Amino acid sequence: MTAALVPPESRLRPRKGTGRRRVRSAIATGLIVVSFVLAFVPLVFVVFYVAQQGMKVFSWDFLTTDLPFSARSEEGGIGPAVVGTILITVGATLLAVPLGVMGGIYLNEYGQKSKFAALVRFLSEILTGVPSIVMGLFIYTFWVLPRAADGFSAFAGSLALGCLMLPVVIRTSEEMLKLVPHDLREGSLALGSRKSRTIRTVVLPHAAPGIVSGALLAVARAAGETAPLLFVIGATTTVNTSWLHGTNTALSVQIFGNANSPFIPAQERAFGAAFTLILIVFIATALARIVTVIYTRRTSGAGG
Amino acid sequence: MTQVLDPAPADAAPLPPPLVGGPRPPGFVADRVFRIVAVAAALMVLVILTLIIWVLLDNSLDWFKEEGLGSVFSTTWSPSEGEYGAGALVVMTLMVAVVALVIAVPVSVGIALFVTEVAPRRLRLPIVFVIDLLAAIPSVVFGLWVLRQLASPLADVYSSVHSAVSGIPILGDVFGDPSASGLAIMTAGIVVGIMITPIITAITREVFATCPASQKEATLAMGATRWEMIRGAIFPHSRSGVMAAVIIGFGRAVGETIAVALVIGSSQQLTENLFAPGDTLASIIANQFGEASGVQRSALIGFGLVLLAITIVLGIVARSVLRRANKRLGVI
Repeated sequence: MTAALVPPESRLRPRKGTGRRRVRSAIATGLIVVSFVLAFVPLVFVVFYVAQQGMKVFSWDFLTTDLPFSARSEEGGIGPAVVGTILITVGATLLAVPLGVMGGIYLNEYGQKSKFAALVRFLSEILTGVPSIVMGLFIYTFWVLPRAADGFSAFAGSLALGCLMLPVVIRTSEEMLKLVPHDLREGSLALGSRKSRTIRTVVLPHAAPGIVSGALLAVARAAGETAPLLFVIGATTTVNTSWLHGTNTALSVQIFGNANSPFIPAQERAFGAAFTLILIVFIATALARIVTVIYTRRTSGAGG
Repeated sequence: MTQVLDPAPADAAPLPPPLVGGPRPPGFVADRVFRIVAVAAALMVLVILTLIIWVLLDNSLDWFKEEGLGSVFSTTWSPSEGEYGAGALVVMTLMVAVVALVIAVPVSVGIALFVTEVAPRRLRLPIVFVIDLLAAIPSVVFGLWVLRQLASPLADVYSSVHSAVSGIPILGDVFGDPSASGLAIMTAGIVVGIMITPIITAITREVFATCPASQKEATLAMGATRWEMIRGAIFPHSRSGVMAAVIIGFGRAVGETIAVALVIGSSQQLTENLFAPGDTLASIIANQFGEASGVQRSALIGFGLVLLAITIVLGIVARSVLRRANKRLGVI
């Protein structure tokens, strides 16, 4: 899709120049390449170091055993945190994606250039920038505090992550719906379909791969979030598969808790958990990319 | 005349029943419901934002009441003595954000130029993908990496920089005595700089890409080198867009929490020394909220409110910068 929108490359090439001009341009180009390489350095270092340290403890047992009661203990794994992260993230997705897609539908199909739509766009831009720790404070005071000890749950975590995901999903949905050609809508309307039917049966299926890809990216980001979960899910050392009830834990929270620990086993668990988290996040990101690539190929093939 | 043309005169056939009051055509209700659901979903954004502001305001009132506006901005944070000033934390938050921007902005602009102007076409998508991966690495993992691998070599760098500039008036203070562990405001700035690079890159890349080909070709046709083309066509076109990207990056830097909480060293003492430990509005919430109660807790919620206010102001500023840019470009 995007490939078709890019104008054909100009045949004009920059001149090499002579003397001082040549040197200047070469230095600038050199700096540009260096800055690009600089971006790779932290990525490679982080992934390599975390993988190297994480592999030391990484195993099926590590992923499934309960957390140890003592940070000093060499026993135990991160099972409850894996379960918690999956539970919280999937929950947040269930809350945010349908809502976000409907919001995107409103913006692109109904609101369009109305004042209210402009306001919603502006507010979701603001909401995207709200620091995640603020979302944690919000859900803590709004949801957890009034319910006392019963408030801590995976659900509270899902609420916090869902609020973070919502504006992102709205934005990507709107962008993807914008790409649906008007002919399709008009064709469906001309056949007598109502607007809602047109959206459900013609517009959404066309935009679905893009929306799925955007949602997956949002999920990947959400899975790695720590700050919103710190105060809202409580703590546990055993697996809790209930979404709505009981305290829970997450990989990111375990990493944060163990990172500063003076005990070697706890540090190793932190790296094991970090490795697991990176795996989850990268797989989700790669999936999103694959969906986009397949989608691009399909639409550009069909559209000619 | 009309009587001749009309094959069935009005008095010959019975009138058809009036159309009012019949069953609604199929799909009418579903259509309305769908629209209402869509509006409600869009409304959620407004609801959430209002709730955040209201809830945080309500819960931080104790802080404002107990401390009074004057001491809210005092630079002393000492829960044991009942002092809950935000001043020192605001200053150190800005220090972290400025260090982060100084690192991230040139690199991001460089990457964006590399992707749009230098890299071969078929490498562009893979490069963007890799930059996105950098954005996907969770904050806590960055924090862990810096804490366990980068902090101690950084401490050595700090001490050599410190000995190089000690004695010089301002520099000697800003690059003062380094913390032995390497956990410092500078370290937090570096990690935040790495973390905001992808977002600034993404925005500047989009801005550079919108530079009209005609302007670039005009410079090239006059025999410009690559750098002259960038300076003559792309930069003038993108100034406000890059400015907006910097503002948005600044907002992210201010709100970055977990990585900062791990590597900044948690000291609430106001310092101008970048190599000393500090704390930011966001990181102190992460480190202290769990054990806080009473006024301390409401002060921390108040910090959340301050962060939110900064976010909203920066969002509005970024938007108006972009709008002005668009208007200017529309005029030209």
